Amino acid sequence: MSETPELLRLAGCTKVYRVGAFGAKRLTAVRDVTFDVRAGEVVSLIGESGSGKSTIGRMILRLSPITGGTITFEGTDITTLEGAALKSYYADVQGVFQDPFSSYNPIFKADRVFKLIREEYFPAVGGSEWRAKVEASLEAVGLNPPDVLGKYPHQLSGGQLQRLLIARALLLDIKLLVADEIISMLDASTRIDVLNLLGELKSRGLGILFITHDLSLGNYISERTVILRRGAVVESGATAKVFGNPQHPYTRALLAAVPHLHTKWSAASTNGAGTLEEADEPASLVEIDDDHFVAIAGGAG
Amino acid sequence: MSLRVDNLKVYYRTLAGDVKALDGATFDLKDGEIMGLAGESGCGKSTLGKSLIRLDGRMRYVEGSVELDGTELPIWDAEAMNRFRFKQVSIVPQYAMSALNPTRKIGKMVKELLRSRGVEHDSVLPELRRRLELVGLSQDVLGMYPIELSGGMKQRMVMVISTLLDPSLLIADEITSALDVSSQKAVAEMLVEFREREFVKSTIVITHDISVLYQIADTILVMYAGKLAEKAPADAIIHRPRHPYTQLLISSLPEVGVRYEEKKLVGIPGRPPGLLDPPVGCRFRDRCPFAFDRCHEEPPFVEVEPGHSVACWKVAAEQSSSPTTGREAGAAESGTIAVAGGAQ
Repeated sequence: MSETPELLRLAGCTKVYRVGAFGAKRLTAVRDVTFDVRAGEVVSLIGESGSGKSTIGRMILRLSPITGGTITFEGTDITTLEGAALKSYYADVQGVFQDPFSSYNPIFKADRVFKLIREEYFPAVGGSEWRAKVEASLEAVGLNPPDVLGKYPHQLSGGQLQRLLIARALLLDIKLLVADEIISMLDASTRIDVLNLLGELKSRGLGILFITHDLSLGNYISERTVILRRGAVVESGATAKVFGNPQHPYTRALLAAVPHLHTKWSAASTNGAGTLEEADEPASLVEIDDDHFVAIAGGAG
Repeated sequence: MSLRVDNLKVYYRTLAGDVKALDGATFDLKDGEIMGLAGESGCGKSTLGKSLIRLDGRMRYVEGSVELDGTELPIWDAEAMNRFRFKQVSIVPQYAMSALNPTRKIGKMVKELLRSRGVEHDSVLPELRRRLELVGLSQDVLGMYPIELSGGMKQRMVMVISTLLDPSLLIADEITSALDVSSQKAVAEMLVEFREREFVKSTIVITHDISVLYQIADTILVMYAGKLAEKAPADAIIHRPRHPYTQLLISSLPEVGVRYEEKKLVGIPGRPPGLLDPPVGCRFRDRCPFAFDRCHEEPPFVEVEPGHSVACWKVAAEQSSSPTTGREAGAAESGTIAVAGGAQ
């Protein structure tokens, strides 16, 4: 797996917000986060609310400046990109967010998102060629073009709107997709289709950072998992190892709290599951197995 | 029976006409029963929950009756319902964050609430303090503003307030959806605890998250497009669902341990019909892999085994052909549907 090209790398990535009346207090939202995303894989970034998972997504998408550390994409530091260089970064990296309804302007037809891409990135492409390109990307996300083109956002379902946004990202022929809670607002009967779509996209070589609070979704779709707690990584590595052999007490407690469809909470063993409220000690990631890292207080490094 | 709902219909008034959000619901709730109410957004589950306590301005009572502990609830009459609200029927609303008045300290808000219902505050205060302790909240929260509490704390606070007068029926509307898994578990288990301690007699838990219901509910009622699809003990809904919609829904849920590479799950193609002018007959017909001619008629919601009711012609047909092997047929059926789903 390590021979596949590394797309995105975060190293010691930190975000500190100034809070309070005159920015007198400091809040560390993301602390020394390191992980990478390779081409053709889905990496799940899992955390509870306030864990900093969305902040990381926003920093990768340059929607929020970074305080410390580096973010590199294909070897280039992206944290200081400006102008044309930033625009070409967005041709490679795009984001899709939680609420598909607020991603659209309700006054305009939903397919306006495609028109904006054309104006910005493909002004030279002819009408019929563009239409073919749009239809191809709609079909790639499992939508029937006549069903969605020319419709207003309120005429489409959440799942359709979310897939339109992914199709919009595909128009740019992107290499990395940042998917922040993209299915938490969708209904059970349609969310799995959007999740499977991510699986199809990765088999075409796209790298995907899947940000979620839902462990079962992350487990279903991703090759590797990063578990965040209060802005820091507590455990990361191959999904099968993180879920199959969780080492950090926080990961165990999270897994124990997930409602299962076939096992009751009371029946599930809670042995070894730590509490979620533990003393916050500085911890460093230690590799305990091939591609399995756990934060251990006072550990090596 | 603590609650008996009979052919309840509640529509939404819009300029384009009536939206038939709840189109004939008939079910019972036993004393002490925790019933989960599940379905996709727009299936009418929240409408059903709300109509048992308060119809908002857009909702129109059409017909049907609701009986709680032998007394008919005048749900069409907002004034007359005041007598029952909070005391006999209470609700934990979807957004605890917006259920608490941000300009009042919590203790003062509770006091005002009790006074508005004609209840002596001092007589309830010791019980309030006891229950706060029970749910792991410090007494100090009574002197705090809602903004000082976390989401999970607010949710627990609202649950304590809603059940303070020991209502017979509690409606919990999506109370776990906005919470993290750890608070979700705590809040869900509180519902069971409240029932055990008889703070409430019976509870309706509305959620789209069936795996949470499996943890805490005795029975689950699945709704689809304004109609009841299936009601059964929680275990039967998860392991032996009979309605094609329930079967497809359950098989589309990802679980920890299920991986995309090993077992690709499938969703249900299509989307629910619009409820402004819903189709005649079974409303799941267009998405159902087993639909046949009979489905153009409305399927009755009938009991196929004790405590297990389904509205589906196919299930009804199987039932009449082999009444004794109903359960086995159901188990075999869920096997075939997984194959049918995978082929799509």
